[in-house]
Formats: sequence, structure tokens, C-alpha cells
Amino acid sequence: MTLFDRFFSGMRGGVHPEGRKDLSAARGIRALPLPQKLFVPLQQHIGAPAIPVVNVGERVLKGQLIAVAQGNVSAPVHAPTSGIIVALGDHVAPHPSGLPVPTFTLACDGLEEWAELQTCDDPFALEAEDISARVAAAGIVGLGGATFPSALKLKLSRGMQTLIINGGECEPYLTCDDRIMRERATAIVDGISLIAQAVAAKEVVVGIEDNKPEAIEAMRGAARASSMKVVAMPSMYPMGSEKQIIQVLTGQEIPAGGRPADIGVLVHNVATAFAVQQAIRYGRPLISRIVTVSGGAIKSPGNVEALVGTPVRELIDFAGGYSQPAARMVLGGPMMGQHITNTNVPVVKGSSGILALTPDEIGQDEASPCIRCAACVRACPVGLLPLDMAAHIRGSDLSGAVDLGLKDCIACGSCSYVCPAHIPLVHFFNYAKGDLAAQERSKLKQEATKKLAEARSERIARVERERAEMMAKRKAARAAKERAAKEAAAKAAEEAV
Amino acid sequence: MSEIFLLLLGTALVNNVVLVKFLGLCPFMGVSRKMDGALGMGMATTFVLTFATAASWMLEHWLLQPLGIQYLRILGFILTIAATVQFTEMAIRKFSPGLYQVLGIYLPLITTNCAVLGVALLNVQEKNGFLHSLLYGFGSALGFTLVMLLFTGLRVRLSLAQVPAAFAGAPIGFVVAGLLSLAFMGFAGLA
Amino acid sequence: MLVAAIVSLTVLGTVLGLLLGLAARYLRVEGNPIIAEIEQMLPGSQCGQCGYPGCTGAAQALADGSAPVNLCPPGGVALVQALADKLGVDADLSGVEDQGPQVAEVKEEICIGCTRCYKVCPTDAIMGAAQQIHVVFREACTACGKCVDVCPTEALSLQAVPVTLQSWYWHKPKLEVAA
Repeated sequence: MTLFDRFFSGMRGGVHPEGRKDLSAARGIRALPLPQKLFVPLQQHIGAPAIPVVNVGERVLKGQLIAVAQGNVSAPVHAPTSGIIVALGDHVAPHPSGLPVPTFTLACDGLEEWAELQTCDDPFALEAEDISARVAAAGIVGLGGATFPSALKLKLSRGMQTLIINGGECEPYLTCDDRIMRERATAIVDGISLIAQAVAAKEVVVGIEDNKPEAIEAMRGAARASSMKVVAMPSMYPMGSEKQIIQVLTGQEIPAGGRPADIGVLVHNVATAFAVQQAIRYGRPLISRIVTVSGGAIKSPGNVEALVGTPVRELIDFAGGYSQPAARMVLGGPMMGQHITNTNVPVVKGSSGILALTPDEIGQDEASPCIRCAACVRACPVGLLPLDMAAHIRGSDLSGAVDLGLKDCIACGSCSYVCPAHIPLVHFFNYAKGDLAAQERSKLKQEATKKLAEARSERIARVERERAEMMAKRKAARAAKERAAKEAAAKAAEEAV
Repeated sequence: MSEIFLLLLGTALVNNVVLVKFLGLCPFMGVSRKMDGALGMGMATTFVLTFATAASWMLEHWLLQPLGIQYLRILGFILTIAATVQFTEMAIRKFSPGLYQVLGIYLPLITTNCAVLGVALLNVQEKNGFLHSLLYGFGSALGFTLVMLLFTGLRVRLSLAQVPAAFAGAPIGFVVAGLLSLAFMGFAGLA
Repeated sequence: MLVAAIVSLTVLGTVLGLLLGLAARYLRVEGNPIIAEIEQMLPGSQCGQCGYPGCTGAAQALADGSAPVNLCPPGGVALVQALADKLGVDADLSGVEDQGPQVAEVKEEICIGCTRCYKVCPTDAIMGAAQQIHVVFREACTACGKCVDVCPTEALSLQAVPVTLQSWYWHKPKLEVAA
């Protein structure tokens, strides 16, 4: 990147991947016909999985609560359509591991019969707590991809200075936020006002990358009556990352290891704002989302409104199927998305796109040794040293990588993208973060088992001691008895004499 | 004052014990894997070297020369050095068990660190006064610590580099030490 | 001349020896403080898998360098790293990785409820009563294998901890040097 970019973007580093958004941007959002079966996982969010509250065989209505949130960080799950729960068991998860996750299988009955919904005619009269309670009940999570429960974010961020609405969508191929802003700008602005009310934000800024002029136009038109600002941001990856959008729009950088709340900022995605509006105005829980189906191997790419739980296969078929064999399937964007191998995986709340990429598009090359060109250092939006971190991780020195700031890595993939040696840098970082988390878990477990072992040896010692005391007492009692008996015998003998 | 500064600079950089005079290479290669160990070694050697130069100067000028038994110089010097090292070892063990563990066998081996004996003998050879000797010893120790830290930094980075199998480990260490030595030879112009 | 040499060296040696003796008195260290620190780091379940009598014995062996830092299977990779840092040695992770974390598991169809296993469990990780099938709490099991040794029906075995979505993470990328 040039000095010019750096000066005007307000962001450190960043890359300019080819957008490829024109594949799917021109066409409007189409609704997907109702599939036969839906696979609704219990865990579609960061935090604890939801707990099922309906039984297998039960008929559920569209929007009915089927699993409740568990613990503080969690989100409930609702039935995406009416039908019968035919199974609750393992189904392949939308995750690169391909591991199973507990999932409801819902056989749709095609009636689309809604459950009774709690609507609200004047949502601006609601208390802030009430808004976040309704958002929580609707099972809304961050739709930008992080899937953090939104209500919790609202609750933790009350009294924020600035509310930023993220319309960055910097990942190539993805146009779902672009389309939703073009087509549903009024509802989004309504949702933004509700979020602003819930956190009592003093300032509301909507940031949209300047490669989406139609979306900016639509949002500006819808926001004319309100005080919110719609700002065009330079198009650069990873502009849509929370930390980066804050840096660009407010000029402030979140301290290492900190959260946006530390500098008085709250960030929500545009699609989340839409979901909030639907939940508050019409009582509709989050049961569908806009998904971009794109990639060189898709016959007619576009944006689809799909129910949560729809198998990826159905969306690909709807988009005309494959024009050529896909070399790689990705859920999400090409930079940070999850590589999947099975098209039976369901669309979940956080799935922004389904990409079927051709061999040309993934451009996989063998990695060669690092030449220390520092292209990754220039590209890193967080200002880290990816080459050194990767070298430490390769040398099994994870703590050395942490010292270099591994924990602040946002895994955006900019470094891997620019690396001329094709070193899978971000793969190293993901591995290291996972390994550190595993070590942390085993350390916690070890501490717990150590306490157990100590408690056990203490207990054994105590039992031992008590037994010894008891023995001593019994011995003393027996001795006393014997003595008494002897004395009595002596007395009797005396009396007899 | 400037004379003292020049003396320290001269002994630490221009006539560096390790890289120019090639004394004390054993801990230089042995304890240069981790920064903590290298720093501890540097400080322990600094203490021993400074103290031993002072002690050996006294020994030479107050005992060996008056009695005319200079032929016992090496024996006497080794005796004082060994005692100083023993004392250092006890002190480190008491005050920093972690460092004691890290330094391991290299701690008692300071006794046989040729830099210590070498500096003491050079002082006699060059007929230095007491203060001069002390500074000479301290400057050499500073130079030793400096190159220990430099070399350890390099080796820490080396351990992460993709070194060809034939060079991995000690060989690349020696190559780097040679290059570092070449670099220090460049200070010769300063003198 | 000869006498002077003998006497001076003897005096020198004696004086230095006395000074060192004094120093040894003032700088004496009771035991090896590092042993206690190492013992704090060990799991403390006294399982004996390392071949030493309990964690104290293992800590002693570690401190005097007669045991490798990867001696403790329940401690896992994290412990090896921590011990290597503490003792200033290079961690040899090869021996630890191949097994991976394990837990004991009861095969319910063979368990006769003899209660032998939960009596030996150092962390109280097995629950059960006489004539009842026993259950292992995965969270508390250190995979020490004591229960496996005492089980009369071989109903207990050590199994790899199943990978879940929560515990899964990317493997380490393999990059070889191009020769």
C-alpha cells in the first residue's frame, strides 16, 4: 500500500484484494423456496450452547422457541418454519473441523404457520432494558460473522459515546450487507435508532465502504430525518473488522487486549440492526438471513434470503448449481471464512456467504522459505510482525509469539494474502491460538485436580486420625470397664468375706 | 576521566576478550541459548573477573614479587580465582536459585574461564598499576557481557531460522561467532 | 626460598579456605528451594506414572537434573513448557505429543461395581457404590491409570479425550526447508 492510502484510510496496513462483488451485487435478494428439512444447530453463537425445550415428534410453529439460552453468554434458538421435530442429534457443523454438533432436524410442513408474536407499535416508548430483553429473546447474534449475542453487547454498552453501524463488508465476493442496505434501508435505520435508544448513544455513525455507492445513497436517503451520519469509507480489507472501523471512523485505536467499550464505542452490523428492528417491531425472532451465494464455480450467483438450518446444498441448487467443479467450498468470506467439505452443513445465523471457488480463485501454491521482505508487516492492520510470530510458532515457542502480540491478531488473513512466499501465516496463528487455549484449559483442569487430590489426602488423613482416636477411646473405655469389673469383683469378694 | 573512559572502551570493544583475544569461548558457546542465562553469566563473570584481577594484583605485588617466587604465579592466581568463584556460586545459590539452576555446570567452570586468568596474567605482563588493573579487568568483563548478550540474541533468532540440516545447531553458531568476531575486529581503528 | 614458597602458598590456601568456610556459614541454603517451586507446578495427584514416589520425588529428580522435563503425562505439554522455562533446558515435546490427553472410561457392560477403582483414584474422579456401575468424571480425571491397574474385569481403560467443537483447533502447518 502506498503512503497515500495510509494517509486517507486512517487504518494501519490492510490489503486490496480483488472485490469480485459484481458477481452477485447486481441482482436483488430472492427468497429461497422452503426446503424439505431444516437442520438447526443448538450452537450458532459464541458461548454456551442452547438447551432444547421441545421434544422429538412435537409440532412447532414458525418462530416458536425451541431451545433456551444457557448461562450469561448464550442465545436462544427458534423454529425457522412450522413443522415437526423429527430428530435431535448430531449433524455436521458449519465448521472446518467437520465435527458433529447437536442439531434439531425439522421436517417442514409447508404451512409457514407463525407462532403468536409479541409486536410493539411504539417501540421508542420501551425502556432500554426492555429493548435488550426483547433482543435477547429473539436470539439475535452479531450477523457480521462473530455471532456474539447482541443483547449482551447492548447490556454491557449502555451509556456509550458512539454507536457505529458497520456496513463495511470488506470481504471479497460478499454482497449480502450491500443488498440489504439497498433494499431495506428504512427498516435498518429504524433498527439503528432502536439500538441507539437501548444504549443511549450520543452519536450514531454508519460506515459504508465507498465501493457500494448505491447502498450509501439508499442509507443516506433513509437516514435523512434522523441525526445519524452515513460516512463513506475507503474500500480496503479489513475495513469491516470492528477494531479497524473504529479506528477509521473515530481516529481512536482500541488498546491491546481491550474492547471497543473501553473507548466508549459500540459496533453493530447493518444486518443485525435489521434483525433488531424485526424483533422489536414485529416480534420476529432471528430465523432467516441474507446469504451471498457466489464464486467462480456457481452458475448464477446472487443473494438469497434463507431460513436458518437450510442445507448449503439447497442454496447452491437454487443458484443454478455448479458451472464447473468447485476446488473449495467456503462458508463466509474468502479471507476469513470457514473451509467446508460437506454441503449438508446448514446455514446458521453467522453464515454471510457460500462460496464455491475455482482452482484459479484459490491460487494455492507451495510455501517457500521466508525472504523477510516484510510485506506482511506492512499489511498487518494491527501493526504486528507476522513473520516473526510465525517463526516463533514454527519453532514451538508459543510464548515468544504471545510476547510479539499474537493475542491481538484478528486473523484477518491480510498477511497470508500478501505473502510472496505463500507462507500460511494466519494458519500458524490460528493453530497457536488454539494450542494456547488448549494449554490454558489443561492448566485449569490441573489446578482443579490438584485441589481434589489435596482434599482427598486430607480426608484420608482425617479418617485415619478419627479412627485412631476412636480406637484409643474404645481402648480406654474397655480398660475402665475392666478396672470397674475388677473393683466390683474385689468389693464383692470383700463383702463375701 | 577521559582516560578511564578510553581504557574501558579499549578493553571492552577494541581488545574484546572473547572476539578479539579468543579467551573464554567455553561459556560463550555454552550459555548463549537464553537471554536470562547469558545475562546472569555475564554478571557473574563480571564480578569474578573484577574481583580476581584485584586479588591477583595484590598477590603479585605483595607476596610473589617481594619473596621472588613469581614462578608460582599461575598456581597462586588459580587459587584466588577458584576461591572467588566458589564464593560467587554460594552467593548466587543463596540469592537466585533460578539463575543457579540455569547456569548449572558453567558456574563452577568460571574457574577455568581463560578470560579470568588471561586478564590477570596480562595485567602482570603489562606492569599495570592497581587502579589500571582493576579497570582493565572490569572493562574486559563488560566486553564479555556485551558479546554474550549480542551472541545470545543472535542465537535466539537463529533457533527460529530455517537452517540447512548440515549447519543446524553448533555449526551455524560457530559461523555466526566468526562473523561477529570479524565485526569486532573492525573496532581496531578506534584504538 | 623454597621454604618461603611452601609457607606462602600454605598460608594463602588456609586463609582462603577459612574465608570460604565463613562465607558458607552465612550463605547456607536449607534444602533446594527450587524443589518446592517445582512441586507446586506438578499436578500433585501422586499417581506415580513418572516412576518416582509421588510428586515430591519427581520434583527432586527434576531439580537435580536426573529426570527429563517431560516425565509427567498428566501435566501435558503446558507443564513440559513451564518446567523447561523454570529449569532453563530445552523442552523435548516429542514424547508428550504422540499420546495426547487421555481420560479413563468405564465400559458399562463389564463393570461389576466392585468399588476398587474409586478407592484408588487420587482425585476422586470416579463415582459409584457397591454393585453399581461406576462413572468417571472427565473433568477430574488425570489419566493416571491407577484404576485401570486394579480393575478386575478390565472394564476401565484410558481413552483419548474426544475432540469437540469447543476443543478442536487447526493443526500446525508443516513447512520444510527447501533443500
